[in-house]
Amino acid sequence: MPHADPQPPRRGAGELEAAVLSVLWQAGRALSPGEVQQALTRQPGAAELSYSTVVTILSRLHAKKALERRRDGRAFRYAPVADEAGLAARRLAAMLDKEPDRQAVLSRFVADLSGGDEQLLRGLLGDGEPEGG
Amino acid sequence: MSLVVYLPLVLPALFAPFAGPLAARLDPVHATWLLTGAAVALAGCSTLALGLLAAAAAVRIPLVASLGHWSLSVLGPDTPPGLAVALLAGILLGVAALTVTGFAIRRYRALAGAYREARCLPGRGQTVVVADDAADAYALPGRPGRVVVTAGMLAALDEPGRAALLAHEQAHLAGFHYLFTTAARLAATASPLLCPAAQAVDYTVERWADERAATVVGDRRLVAHAIGRAALAAKANRPRRPLPGMLGAVFSGTRMRAHARPGPVPRRVAALLAPPPPRRLVLLAAVVALVALAGICALIAANDLQDLLSLANTHHHH
Repeated sequence: MPHADPQPPRRGAGELEAAVLSVLWQAGRALSPGEVQQALTRQPGAAELSYSTVVTILSRLHAKKALERRRDGRAFRYAPVADEAGLAARRLAAMLDKEPDRQAVLSRFVADLSGGDEQLLRGLLGDGEPEGG
Repeated sequence: MSLVVYLPLVLPALFAPFAGPLAARLDPVHATWLLTGAAVALAGCSTLALGLLAAAAAVRIPLVASLGHWSLSVLGPDTPPGLAVALLAGILLGVAALTVTGFAIRRYRALAGAYREARCLPGRGQTVVVADDAADAYALPGRPGRVVVTAGMLAALDEPGRAALLAHEQAHLAGFHYLFTTAARLAATASPLLCPAAQAVDYTVERWADERAATVVGDRRLVAHAIGRAALAAKANRPRRPLPGMLGAVFSGTRMRAHARPGPVPRRVAALLAPPPPRRLVLLAAVVALVALAGICALIAANDLQDLLSLANTHHHH
């Protein structure tokens, strides 16, 4: 069971899990914990994560059925489960696109940009900065 | 009935032009409460005023007058409001009742659908990561609500940016922001002059979540950059969706002016890069006074009608 933190930690458990999942999806193949750790460390702004932390997150995600794993030598390799979540979300997106009212109950992180907005935004953020990602 | 009954009908028009500037200048939590509260109260007062105008005409129908034991000679055709005005008020009231009902049904269905999806999404965690290259992220209201993030969005952001994104969406869920936007939209449906207020609330809840995220990650600049990156990434791999037909027709005019007025994303980023908004109690007090004025006028008008009817009632018995 997830426990409620009185103070949000600097890197919440959900956040780490999301980062790990994103690495695995980008990889497009099963990764060992070591490879996941390397990929996470390469990301800009990422703090150092120990091997055992990565293993813990991977096992937790596996327990939640978000990842499947298979034995490879002495360790496991992990891959995203193909992919109930994706199907659910695509169904969701298709449904939401049809109805303006459905759109309205969602709180989207960012609204669509117009051409003028994009220029303005790049200006606000400084030159080329957004590409740095 | 004195002219005071018309004031609640005019005040939304007086208030509407200030909704946008208030949203930009006030602390977002204050602005959300104030704009939502003012929109709902003004819509309520103007609906009440329409109802009073219509009722003042209805009681002059001989059948209604005899049922209420009111003297027609007191109510007389020369008592304001004129029949034409009252008839118009009645029609407007009827149209408002229909559109509000339609809106309430559609919004209820949309929320029920969101709750259902929030329950059905896999996993037990609050955050659901979706294997989709298009950068997108949203909060889905429910019990509990869920935060849906695509892999594309996670890839577009760095680690602190992701923390900002999650904190932003969690703030929407924790603050029940969809209730504010729904209430303001309901008010604007009842009284279409209040549309700018509903749009302003859509913006202030985003600002509220932005500032909350900034508190959580401890850096307003960082949140500004995360929003900017996310928006540019979303634009890069999601071609601008054409608006559904009806909306396209309604908003094409606004779209043409779009280059003149920046959209919500650059305004949110600019607000985060600027110092935090101060608390402006004078502006708050001004809006509260305006709403109070509308309320008082509606009450006076209601009182007038009641006095008239009791006078007509006394005369009927003599």
